[in-house]
Amino acid sequence: MLRLRINGEDRELPEADPQTPLLWILRDHLAMTGTRYGCGKGLCGACTIHLDGNPIRACLTPAAAAEGKELTTIEGLGGAVASALRQAWTEQRVPQCGFCQGGQLMSAEHHLRTNPQATEQAQHGAMSGNLCRCGTYTRIDAAMKQAQTALNQEENS
Amino acid sequence: MSQPRNPRLVDRRTFLRQSLAGSLTLGFSLHGSHLLARATTDLDLDFQDEGAWSPDLFLSLASDGQLTIVSHRSEMGTGIGTALPMVLADEMEADWERVQIVQGDADRRYGSQNTDGSRSIRNFYHRMREAGALARTMLVTAAAERWQVAADSCHAEKHEVVHKPTGKRLAYGELAAVAATQAPPEADSLQLKPASARRYVGKDIPIRDMDAILHGRAQFGLDIRLPDMLVAVIARPPVLGGKPLEWQESAALKVSGVKQVVAMPTPSAPFMYQALGGIAVLAKDTWSAMRGREALACTWEDGEHAVFDSEKQQEELRANVAKPGRKVRRKGDAESLLKEDGEHLQANYEAPHLAHAPMETPCATARMTEDGVEVWMPTQAPQSAQQAIAGALNLTPQQVTVHVTLLGGGFGRKSKPDYGVEAALLAQETGKPVQVLWTREDDIRHGYYHAASAMSFAASLGEDGLPTAWRQRSAFTPIGFTFNPAARDGSDGELGLGFTDMPFDVPNLSVENGPSTPHVRIGWLRSVCNVFHAFGVSSFADELAAANEADPQEYLLRLIGEGRHLGIDELGAGYGNYGSPLDQYPVDTGRLADVLREVGKRGDWSRRRQELQGSSNPWRGLGIAAHRSFLGYVANIVEVEISSSGALKIPRVDVVADCGLLIHPDRVRAQMEGAVVFGTSLARSGAISAQEGRIVEGNFDTYRIARNMETPAQIHVHLVPSEAPPSGVGETGVPPFAPALCNAIFAATGKRIRRLPLQGQDLKPA
Ligand code: FES
Ligand code: FES
Repeated sequence: MLRLRINGEDRELPEADPQTPLLWILRDHLAMTGTRYGCGKGLCGACTIHLDGNPIRACLTPAAAAEGKELTTIEGLGGAVASALRQAWTEQRVPQCGFCQGGQLMSAEHHLRTNPQATEQAQHGAMSGNLCRCGTYTRIDAAMKQAQTALNQEENS
Repeated sequence: MSQPRNPRLVDRRTFLRQSLAGSLTLGFSLHGSHLLARATTDLDLDFQDEGAWSPDLFLSLASDGQLTIVSHRSEMGTGIGTALPMVLADEMEADWERVQIVQGDADRRYGSQNTDGSRSIRNFYHRMREAGALARTMLVTAAAERWQVAADSCHAEKHEVVHKPTGKRLAYGELAAVAATQAPPEADSLQLKPASARRYVGKDIPIRDMDAILHGRAQFGLDIRLPDMLVAVIARPPVLGGKPLEWQESAALKVSGVKQVVAMPTPSAPFMYQALGGIAVLAKDTWSAMRGREALACTWEDGEHAVFDSEKQQEELRANVAKPGRKVRRKGDAESLLKEDGEHLQANYEAPHLAHAPMETPCATARMTEDGVEVWMPTQAPQSAQQAIAGALNLTPQQVTVHVTLLGGGFGRKSKPDYGVEAALLAQETGKPVQVLWTREDDIRHGYYHAASAMSFAASLGEDGLPTAWRQRSAFTPIGFTFNPAARDGSDGELGLGFTDMPFDVPNLSVENGPSTPHVRIGWLRSVCNVFHAFGVSSFADELAAANEADPQEYLLRLIGEGRHLGIDELGAGYGNYGSPLDQYPVDTGRLADVLREVGKRGDWSRRRQELQGSSNPWRGLGIAAHRSFLGYVANIVEVEISSSGALKIPRVDVVADCGLLIHPDRVRAQMEGAVVFGTSLARSGAISAQEGRIVEGNFDTYRIARNMETPAQIHVHLVPSEAPPSGVGETGVPPFAPALCNAIFAATGKRIRRLPLQGQDLKPA
């Protein structure tokens, strides 16, 4: 039986085929719809979640690969980096339609958490797998910079 | 002032629960004598006149002061679900903290809900103000009556009525019941607030859905979950109008989780909003349905559109602009002059089909109810959906309930409700709730495509370098084909999108249209024909500037000439002006010239242009263009950098937009930024092509939309402050971008781009 740990909770999925991509386990089996379908081919980043803290494409990752590991989705994304990002996202008014933004935040959180001093260039690189059809890229840049500054100030104070 | 919070978006059920808890609702009507004060059971108050616009549908004030405002237009990222309620709340002198917003279902009583054509603000700004003013006026009257004082000694102030002489105050909520007994004033007696008293209009109020988006709680189309719901994916004919020949139903049913295989009805032309046919696989989850569809191994009979080949279509388009076309605007005698003086400059431009590719693919959920069907969908056009679904299921529109979810982008694709029809048909067929999901490949291969086009331009030049004659021809696959299979010519409406209203002051002008044969459903995509018309007109103008060795900005300003209003005498009776009257929204070349001048200043055109001139490896340059569309005026300066390998970078874009009065400046700015990115995608890599009737592209690897590093690193937007009537903003920003970009490539490298997209073209200097 498929057992997953998602956002700190243990979930049992007796009926799910363990080969099902995590995206559809989350959405269809667990009604956790914050993780989104954009392409199903690892091309857009809308389905980005964390597996043991690292970003993965839920549309390509079979559920079986996550057994015994910790999954985090946008609904459960927390901590200092996430809240600095949400704050910055709100102040920069990043989202338009919002559809891609969960995935954007998942990528951004991992990047800032693991590279607190990253250059803008490196941030661009880390975010390049997340498409936004509405075109919020320049605001994402600004929000990441703002969050990074806020986190570094917190650190130093 | 503390930051206003973002208002809650409550779902209808929550709202009804609140309303049913005994609070009194004040309902209004500007039309007739309907005055409704009662414990609300629904927002849909009885109203006899089916087609009338009824402001009583838009607001409801409870006795505890809670104000509910209906957002009847679809939210796809423009912020309209915040902006229109802001207008109403402002005019009503309501306290934004007390506002909740409900998304309206499909209902003709709201007036048009078609959220396309960049018209939500321009068509509803005034109506929302009227609704707000009506409520405010009635509340003031109610307070005056209560106090037994003259109404003109009272005024409304942030959810309260104040009696000036005594300083007495009454909260709106306390007045709801009394106000409901007032006779509603006549619409033309309403006093609108002066601009100086605006409370929310013009302010960057946080958007309605911000928190939900940032926490993954926002509800888009695919997020609807119904008990016992089946998920369907459909194998659709790869060629428009094709039919399934053979399919392996039993193989599909063998896939675990697959429950049912259903053959969809086969549509015939005109395709309109019909379901496209094919074979549906229904399963208990999406993954099973997708695998089931693979197992179908469906074969097809293709039909007449199997001849569709993009190369051949481009040839046809080119041929049709090489010869005289149907004249849609003429002045003087361009033809004779071009013959006599010679065509000093001649150029052709072309652009392919595009797909909308909203981040959220089409999807819909439907279930049969006792008296009809209930559908949830991310739609720009809930009423079209209602009608199309009613038609397909043989129901009346009243039997079809359409709930509008958030849209993960629309761009025009979600104005066409074919996917809602599919879900409803399958719910009817199976008797179960059904959710239809379009994969990205489905979305790219079965769209309502932006027209493929070709244009030809010719000009003869006078001594002063300005054209004495100008002829422009355009041919494109018309949207009309979707509704009438015989349509080949562009409509006046399509030609009025940046072609008939070409703004240059030339003494002899001929604007012509040639035919084209479509083989796919053609639909409107953000900015529609303005996209290619602006590319042609603004590129050719730049070519003339180059031929004169002139500064492109100065030359453009000379081309435009004295600021003037193009009248119907010049534009022809068929000119639609985006559905708005020309006296309110003139074609004002003065405003176009103004945004060009302003962008020159803001973008430091002269200095930077000089600085970049002659640069090499990387080759750098600036391009400029300006365009009027959807009644707004936008100019762009684009800077490009081309590396030795021919790779293109766009370090900076300057945008100046004059969109009249700005309701929510930040969201207008966001639309302008988004338009630049949308323009980048289509200019760099936007191309849908076909071979043997089949669309070649399938996902974001082959139909590429711009990633962060491909889009401009800096986008500077300046919004011109204005009290002119508000224009559209969602589409206005796209058209000038592609020509400004291509003009910049010319400035950098001397290479003139006459075909979009850039992908596959060598940008290095020769
Ligand atoms: S849906 Fe997974 S990357 Fe696009
Ligand atoms: S905000 Fe709409 S796709 Fe990114």
